[in-house]
Amino acid sequence: MTDLWGGLYAAARLLITLDPDLIEIALRSLRVTLSALAIACVIALPLAALLAVRRFRLRRATIAILNALMGLPPVVVGLVVYVLLSRAGPLGVLGLLFTPTAMIIAQVIIIVPLVASIAHQSLRELWAEYHDLLISLDTTQRQRIATLLWDGRRSLLTAALAGFGRAIGEVGAIMVVGGNIDHATRVMTTAIALETGKGNFALALGLGFVLIALAIAVNLAIHWLSRTERGQQW
Amino acid sequence: MLKHLVSAAIATVLIAPLAHAEAMKMAVTTSFENSGLAEVLLPAIKEDTGIDVQLLVVGTGQALRLGEAGDVDAVLVHSKAAEEKFVADGDATHRREIMYNDFVLIGPEDDPAGIAESESAPAAFKAIAETEAPFVSRGDDSGTNKKELSLWAAIGLKPDALGDWYKPVGAGMGAALNTAAGIDAYIMSDRASWLNFGNKGDLALLYSGDPLLFNQYAYLPVNPDKGDHIRNDLAQNLEEWLTSDRAKELIDGYRIADQQLFTFNAEQTDASQAAE
Repeated sequence: MTDLWGGLYAAARLLITLDPDLIEIALRSLRVTLSALAIACVIALPLAALLAVRRFRLRRATIAILNALMGLPPVVVGLVVYVLLSRAGPLGVLGLLFTPTAMIIAQVIIIVPLVASIAHQSLRELWAEYHDLLISLDTTQRQRIATLLWDGRRSLLTAALAGFGRAIGEVGAIMVVGGNIDHATRVMTTAIALETGKGNFALALGLGFVLIALAIAVNLAIHWLSRTERGQQW
Repeated sequence: MLKHLVSAAIATVLIAPLAHAEAMKMAVTTSFENSGLAEVLLPAIKEDTGIDVQLLVVGTGQALRLGEAGDVDAVLVHSKAAEEKFVADGDATHRREIMYNDFVLIGPEDDPAGIAESESAPAAFKAIAETEAPFVSRGDDSGTNKKELSLWAAIGLKPDALGDWYKPVGAGMGAALNTAAGIDAYIMSDRASWLNFGNKGDLALLYSGDPLLFNQYAYLPVNPDKGDHIRNDLAQNLEEWLTSDRAKELIDGYRIADQQLFTFNAEQTDASQAAE
């Protein structure tokens, strides 16, 4: 228990003194995860809509695989990305290993299936509602996808936030591909792992509480900016 | 609004990795980083040579793999046999001894196996095996792990054949110490990691001092033939610094709880002394 109180105290101290190291790794965490989320959404949301509106032969198999990949073990993703980006690997010439870019790539791979699966689930219901209307209006497939994405934007937000949640708390993959280098690739979760390794439980917990607060702040900010959960809106 | 968020996020990606002056990557062992010595040496290195040394803190096994793949410019580890193989395979240009620290045996304060009075490290290991007291092993192919295995081998025991009391956790020094503190087990740690460790619980330092427990750190610059990206020039500058009088002073002077942790023992050339 004393460790928990120590953790709260450490979190308060870090926040009140605006610890420069904390600010640095917190901003890096946000940068990596928000970048990964933006890229993942660009890939996953249209994919989800396409899976909803279009019937093709391997559709069921594609959806099943996407659902299964939601459980991808991050450390395996990290290892695969490491092997690809390593100087001895096929993409080694790019020199991306142990950079924030490598961490973004790993997180994109981890959250695309999650975002796509959740988004597909809600778009499928929306499509059942819109199907007759959109067919009778003789819309193109592109128009149908655009309509679904726009009218379903609030439930897509949930999908995106789920992806954000998974990425911001992830440590296995980014530890392998980022290397937890101080002032280069250290983020909140890898710093927590490092302090735990040193036996500094109070500081590790403090960083953990700050991370949770950060996640709540980002979620609130996105809800506020996108004006959900307000009186006049559904 | 969402659009703004997305474009802001994309902008942050693009602005990302600028500002890298003279940076080189060095893979080091967890014990080097956890000891806190890195925090003393790195700023001094930057000040004296302008090199920004980026540390990848991993086990010796992974450190050598990173060097072999050409993903780091130098390696600082402590496992002589593996290092010599690394040089023989052409992965490093040479091996340079820098400093040593020592391993210590940690265990529950009441010391059920009575190792505090042991005459030697193998005798202490034997006492633990005979009482079958819980023992946590790193089990991660690190330098510390290899040293521990060599001590079991010295008394004719194979870890695979030991009972449930022998627990290889497959983790770094800190994580393994956490496990040992949780179950009141014996564990072999480097002195630095132990002194810096914040969660000692009921554990205490029980045995140390056998020369068999000395732990030699060596510096291995990765072979520049692996590609143009290898910063061998910086690796050479760093080696010169690590063997200089300034490094000697900082390494020998580093203390935790009034104990000297590392002993500088690099063979100094005239050049390196002059570099000071």
